[in-house]
Amino acid sequence: MCGIAGIIHRDGSADIGNEMTRMLQSMKHRGPDSTGYALFGPPTDLIVIRFKLADSNDRRDFEFKERLERHRLEVESRLNKIGATIDRVESETQYAYRARVRYEGDIKSLTDYLEDIPGCEVLSLGHSLEIIKDLGDAAEVCEQYNLDGFEGTHGIGHVRMATESDVDISGAHPYWAYPFSDVAVVHNGQLTNYFRWKRRLEHSGHRFQSECDSEIIAVYLAEKMADGRSLEEAMNDSLDDLDGVFTYMAVTENSLGMAKDEMAAKPLVLYESDDLVAMASEEIAIRAILDREIDTRDPYEKQVLVWSR
Amino acid sequence: MVTVDDRERRTKYDARGLSEPHANVPKVSDIEEGRASFDATGLSTREINLELRWLLYEEGIGDVTVRNPAAKHSIAVGILRRCNLRIEGSLGYFGLGLIDGPEVVVTGRVGWSVCENMMSGVVVIEKNAGSLTGAAIRGGDLVITGSVGARTGVDQKGGTILIGGDAGAMTAFMMQRGHQIICGDAGPGLGDSMYDGTIYVAGKVKSLGIDCVEGEWNDADTEFIDRKFSIYGLEKPNSFQKFVCGKQLYNYDSLEPHERKLVI
Repeated sequence: MCGIAGIIHRDGSADIGNEMTRMLQSMKHRGPDSTGYALFGPPTDLIVIRFKLADSNDRRDFEFKERLERHRLEVESRLNKIGATIDRVESETQYAYRARVRYEGDIKSLTDYLEDIPGCEVLSLGHSLEIIKDLGDAAEVCEQYNLDGFEGTHGIGHVRMATESDVDISGAHPYWAYPFSDVAVVHNGQLTNYFRWKRRLEHSGHRFQSECDSEIIAVYLAEKMADGRSLEEAMNDSLDDLDGVFTYMAVTENSLGMAKDEMAAKPLVLYESDDLVAMASEEIAIRAILDREIDTRDPYEKQVLVWSR
Repeated sequence: MVTVDDRERRTKYDARGLSEPHANVPKVSDIEEGRASFDATGLSTREINLELRWLLYEEGIGDVTVRNPAAKHSIAVGILRRCNLRIEGSLGYFGLGLIDGPEVVVTGRVGWSVCENMMSGVVVIEKNAGSLTGAAIRGGDLVITGSVGARTGVDQKGGTILIGGDAGAMTAFMMQRGHQIICGDAGPGLGDSMYDGTIYVAGKVKSLGIDCVEGEWNDADTEFIDRKFSIYGLEKPNSFQKFVCGKQLYNYDSLEPHERKLVI
């Protein structure tokens, strides 16, 4: 089933960490397995890398801690080797980290170099994008990663009921569009031509970290955009290229978009005003952050909408 | 401090999966001269429904107003008596399902599957509705002033669905009986695989579904449309197109293809 939510403040920033948590928590019944956020903080010159060195349900053997520490040091040394100046590396949980670095080089080689370390997965990378995902409901993840008070302009989130792949962090949404900075996707639905697209994208050198069908959407869009298509054009292309039932949302540094398949099989409720756009699988999520009476509507089949700040 | 409503965390389920098995009727309504009203803020879905049932069945009150349901799911389901119900705010999924008799006004928007399997009564929704609106309804009038999502009136077996705005994809999919009046545009696949019934569309139709054809207009159609619009005081578009079943998919032959060869 899964629930998705997205919000964009067009007139400045707000506590989107708290807002997304309230939206996602109100949709917990749609997916209790894992919760994920893709939040856009204020852009900086630095690059923010969110990565994990183990999964939250990995077996904790005797040298689990030592291994993590060893791998963390390895990440730092590899960052230095590839020419990134480390501003700081924070440990969010036992296995998830947030690094801020100054780096001008190629993102793909940086990511590949880091992911070569056993257990390492780069969850997100960008000037303002931060992807936070873990098992449990929104309140748990928010508390664990201290998301309350996360100032930002826009973001998307996802509560997952796993159908296509395992319940772990790799299978949780949102997906970062490796290897393109500041692009992420959440998806509610099933893609039926997933393997064909995965093979095709793998041939062009993209890596996939999970068995989850949603991962291809992010990479598909980012690849299109790297070819010069706008987010809206890329999303329109995806309606013809992707088969299955889906409603998905995509975010880039400055915009938030939604797309619905030709059957309108998956839900989405939209609230639109001059300063705020909020959308979610259920209206109850939008009501969780707006206490006034509002007008909402369902986007139609084959519809792509994009809002920019 | 996370301001998440922790009500959900307190929700308990019994062995059958029934949520809040020990919930009590909150009895928070203001009752005055046979009319009752209450504010649903802070009440759980089950508490709202228990309060409604208590008012309608035990107190015998026939006029109830529910304020601020805040898009909760499954509100006012299975009400089987004549009464006036006014819902001030939005409903989530499955609102007003399985009802028989009530006259309802919803001032907000409704989510998916409103009035599923309605038997009789009148429901007027003053804003938009989600997908699967009026799925499998058997009777009564369902009026949506705004626009609706996809698959409106899927499996409709009677009654009338009147839509003031546009309708999405696969509207009237597998419709079997009854009427739909769409004042705006209809999405692709209108009336796909319908068995019977009539669809009137004032705007543009993106595409017709399999075995849905244009029907011949007659005086009964004019009378029906005029009557429905005068009841609900909606603005009537100048002209409608009528769509019915082409009856090309009808096949009551129970023989398998290889058996048929033998018979012939």
